[in-house]
Amino acid sequence: MTVSITRRALLGHGAALALVIGAAPRAMAQDLATSRALVDRLVAEVNAVIASGAAENAMIGQFAQIFQAYADAPTIARYSLGADARAATPDQLARYTQAFSNYVARKYGSRFREFIGGDIVVEDARAVPNGVEVQTTAVFVNEAPFRVDFWVSTATGSPKFFNIIIEGVNMLLSERTEVQAMLDQRGGDLERLIADLSRM
Amino acid sequence: MNRLLQVFVLSLLAACSAAPPKGGINDPYEGLNRRVHALNKAVDQAVLRPLGRTASGAPDGSLQPVVNFSNNAGLPGTVVNNLLQGNIDGAARNTLRFVVNTTVGVLGLADPAGAIGLREVETDFGATLAVWGVPEGAYLELPGFGPSTERDAAGRVVDFVIDPLDRLDGVAESVRELSFPAKVAEQVVERGQFGSTFDEILYDSADSYAQARLIYLQNRRYELGEAPSAADEDYYFNPYEDQQ
Repeated sequence: MTVSITRRALLGHGAALALVIGAAPRAMAQDLATSRALVDRLVAEVNAVIASGAAENAMIGQFAQIFQAYADAPTIARYSLGADARAATPDQLARYTQAFSNYVARKYGSRFREFIGGDIVVEDARAVPNGVEVQTTAVFVNEAPFRVDFWVSTATGSPKFFNIIIEGVNMLLSERTEVQAMLDQRGGDLERLIADLSRM
Repeated sequence: MNRLLQVFVLSLLAACSAAPPKGGINDPYEGLNRRVHALNKAVDQAVLRPLGRTASGAPDGSLQPVVNFSNNAGLPGTVVNNLLQGNIDGAARNTLRFVVNTTVGVLGLADPAGAIGLREVETDFGATLAVWGVPEGAYLELPGFGPSTERDAAGRVVDFVIDPLDRLDGVAESVRELSFPAKVAEQVVERGQFGSTFDEILYDSADSYAQARLIYLQNRRYELGEAPSAADEDYYFNPYEDQQ
């Protein structure tokens, strides 16, 4: 009796395991394809804005919209807060996400001028422990081509990128370092940080 | 190499033997490093930044010959490192580049080699040490040079000492004599060229020391092929894990 239960349990486990093993590569291949497709669309939009020759301010606005559409802003914002995110109320987190998104759009938006005349090419996608890494090369005027990677996750249900790595430099870690320093300067007061970020 | 430099380089290398936490930051000299950072920042604000601004105001491309000259004068040292790393192809490319630009490119002022696709295979003795398996060592901020590590600081000293340019008799004297001032001028031109990036890190961030350290270490590891592998779960941290 016990033996047969064990056998059935084992068989059940075996079946479950087979299911997992059989499904995993398929899910992974699908993730790779959807992640790469996301970055393909993102890059096509960025390249179109660069090529449009619009005024700088208009471009910054367009880049901010692209960021909103393709990036997982709540996750990026939450990560930048580090351990303090756990102590924050949902309302604080929502307001912080908004303030942080504005800050990011302004900080990076002012740099997009350097993109004019440039082009980004999607090269490859590979599975990494936290999602999919889509590798691209940015070719800008007067600069040697450089590598830009996007980390894409489907954890929220729809594919979004949650990190950009430029020549090895990780934006998420960089912003976490920055936000921690800003919090320290304000004695850990999240409300003051939100107010200051909104004004920046 | 004189005795004092030998002792200095060896002590830096000995210090490297303690491997840093993987992918992390190893900064036991943070207090001293922060004081050096403050000094570097003050010098940048008073001297380098204003000079860079002036340089970036020059007509487009008019300062490129200075940068070309400086890069060219550095090539013999790069070739030595290519060879020490067993990179014969890189050594051959850089040698050919040096010959073409020093002759056809008029002492290296022009870059005809680059125009035909013969680009520099950049490296230095810090990279050579990495290839030889020397660990990165502690983070250091060097006066005047900025972010570095024990391994890269030792590399800088060795690069300075082994530079074969002075012993290349066939090369015009002006190339040898002007290589140092050209190097300084190159720093100024680059400070102007990448002005907004430098300004953002040094003057717009809440903790410019921490930003410079993070950016230097990550970018240097990437350059040296020491970036984490695709299976590294510490590097590929999951920001969705603690979300409910």
